[in-house]
Amino acid sequence: MNRHTFSRGLVPLSIASVVLLVGGFAMVFLYAPSDADQGFVQKIFYLHVPLAIVALVGFVAGGVYGIRFLRSGDRLHDLRSYVAIHISLILAVGALVTGSIWAKASWGQWWVWEEPTLVSFLIVFLLYACYQPLRFSIEDPDRQARYAAVFAVVGGAFVPLNFMAVRAAESLIHPRVLSTTGGTMPGSMRITFVVALAGMAVMFVTLCKYELTSKHASFQLRALKRRLAGEDDGWVPVRRSAAPQL
Amino acid sequence: MGPALPLGDAGPYVAAAYLVFLALVLVYVAIMAAKLSRIQREIGELAELVERRGTERDRGDVDDVTAPAPAGSGAPR
Repeated sequence: MNRHTFSRGLVPLSIASVVLLVGGFAMVFLYAPSDADQGFVQKIFYLHVPLAIVALVGFVAGGVYGIRFLRSGDRLHDLRSYVAIHISLILAVGALVTGSIWAKASWGQWWVWEEPTLVSFLIVFLLYACYQPLRFSIEDPDRQARYAAVFAVVGGAFVPLNFMAVRAAESLIHPRVLSTTGGTMPGSMRITFVVALAGMAVMFVTLCKYELTSKHASFQLRALKRRLAGEDDGWVPVRRSAAPQL
Repeated sequence: MGPALPLGDAGPYVAAAYLVFLALVLVYVAIMAAKLSRIQREIGELAELVERRGTERDRGDVDDVTAPAPAGSGAPR
C-alpha cells in the first residue's frame, strides 16, 4: 500500500480543473452564442451534458476497475472502482438536478416520464445508488470487495447498453447534441462544449485523486494505530464501512 | 418544445443550474475538509502517544540504571 503515492500530480490537476472549468464557463457566457431555438436557457447545456457524460464514463471506469480487481485480487483496484463510482454518483446528482431545471425552463415541467433519456439516466442513478448500501451490508471485507466488483462490472456493462437502447428509441423530445454525423452545433458552441467537458473530466480525475489520497491517509493511520495497539497487546476495532479496507 | 424564454425569465434557471453545481463542489470540499481535520487530529493523538511512550521508555531505562542492584548479584552498587 505504501508504494502508492496517490497525491502525486494533485496540485497540477487541481489547477488544471480550475482553469478549464472557469475558462469553460467564461466561454459559455462570453463567447458561445445563444441558441436560436432555446435562447439563453440553453447555457445549461454546457454544464448538464458534461456532468452526465463524465458521470456515465465514471460508472464504466468503476466497472473496468472491478474487472481488474476480479482478475488480480489487488485491493487497490477495488478502492479505485469504489472511488470512481462514488464521485460519479455525485456528478449524476448534479446532472439530474440541472437537467430538471433545464426541463422546467424548456418544457414547463420538472420531469417528463415519457422521455427515455431522462428515465434511463434515473434508472442508472438508482442502480448505482444501491452500490454503497450493498457494500455496507457485507461485513467480510473480501466478500464485500468481490460482490461490489461484480456489481460494478454488471452496472458498467449496463450503462453503454442503456445508452444505445435510448438512442434507438423513437420518442425523442430530448435534444440529440452528439450524433454520428457530428451534431449540429456551430464551431464556437462546439469549442465551448469541448472545453467544459474537458474541465469536468479533469475535475472528476482530481476529485478521485483527492478521495484516494484521503482514504490512503486514513488507512495508513489505522495501520499505525494497529501497530501501536499491538505493542500494548490491545486491539483497535475496525469500524464497519462501505469503503474498501486495504 | 415551447418558444425560447426571454433572458429575464431564463436567467434564474441558468443561475440556479450553475449554483447547484457550485453548491455540490463546495459541499464536497467541506466534507473533504472535515475528513482532513479528523486525520490531522488523529495524527496529533498518535504523535502524542508515541512521544509519551518514548518518555516512559527513557524513564524506564534511567530507572534500570539508577535502581540499586540486589545484594549478591555481582552488579556494582
